[in-house]
Amino acid sequence: MKCGIVVFPGSNCDRDSYHVLKEILGLDTEWIWHKEDSLNKFDLVVLPGGFSYGDYLRPGAIAKFSPIMQSIIKYAEDGGKLLGICNGFQILLECGLLPGVLMRNISHSFICDTVPVRLENDQTPFTSNSSKGSVLELPIAHADGRYFADENTLKELEDNDQIVLRYCDSSGVVSDENNPNGSLTNIAGIVNKAKTVCGMMPHPERQADPLWPNVDGQIIFRSLIQSC
Amino acid sequence: MLAKIHVTLKDGVLDTQGKAVHHALNDLGYQEVKGVNLGKYVEVQLDGLSQAEAEDRVREMCQKLLANPVIESYRFTLDSQE
Repeated sequence: MKCGIVVFPGSNCDRDSYHVLKEILGLDTEWIWHKEDSLNKFDLVVLPGGFSYGDYLRPGAIAKFSPIMQSIIKYAEDGGKLLGICNGFQILLECGLLPGVLMRNISHSFICDTVPVRLENDQTPFTSNSSKGSVLELPIAHADGRYFADENTLKELEDNDQIVLRYCDSSGVVSDENNPNGSLTNIAGIVNKAKTVCGMMPHPERQADPLWPNVDGQIIFRSLIQSC
Repeated sequence: MLAKIHVTLKDGVLDTQGKAVHHALNDLGYQEVKGVNLGKYVEVQLDGLSQAEAEDRVREMCQKLLANPVIESYRFTLDSQE
């Protein structure tokens, strides 16, 4: 499985992602500079977390116009697997590769925490190495993580099983009390209809090194390896 | 020519910043404040376009970049003197 990690000016989770994919999981992994105008052949492309373009105007708003994005959009349209983590998720939404938007957390503060999330759909290449209903502990670190979409979009997401992660408590109960940022129905991660593009606010790459007591984040990457 | 653009949240989208400022104003004693909407104001200096061309181009800029059409709407004026 060949992986590429896009680096935008301001990305800062690209190294953690690279470390997990290349050094922990032993995968053939390359950097993709945002100014490249073509893409090598990849099985997985990651849009990492961080603050591309300083989050100026809106998080991800300017990154969507980086030269590499044309090739990435085509790659996604051709069925290539694309994982957007945190700022990467914001970029996918701004591009329209995923529906909806991420807004300022309802608390107005930046939240840095490790939270339980429930796996809502195990039938995607990003979540198959687990089972529906499993609770994962994953770190979140964001100020603009409140997922929002209109009624029709939410209904489509639900009807097509596009919601993959929801914030919950440690026993998997989804409720307002366990919603760190006010996301619509506690949504923490979604996929597109084809299940080939995934965006999530939690950071699986920060919970995947076996030096850590918890490697729940590996589930996302092992699912992708399985699906390859 | 100067394009003066206002980008605001659409009706029905929760404006948490607006609410926070509203409460702050009430707390400061301005009980008459019944609502606050926070938006963005953008000034874009343009060169070498007619009014009609500028309108089209600024509209495109708003749709492509300056506003997120999922949750924001925009309006603008063009000032040819500045």
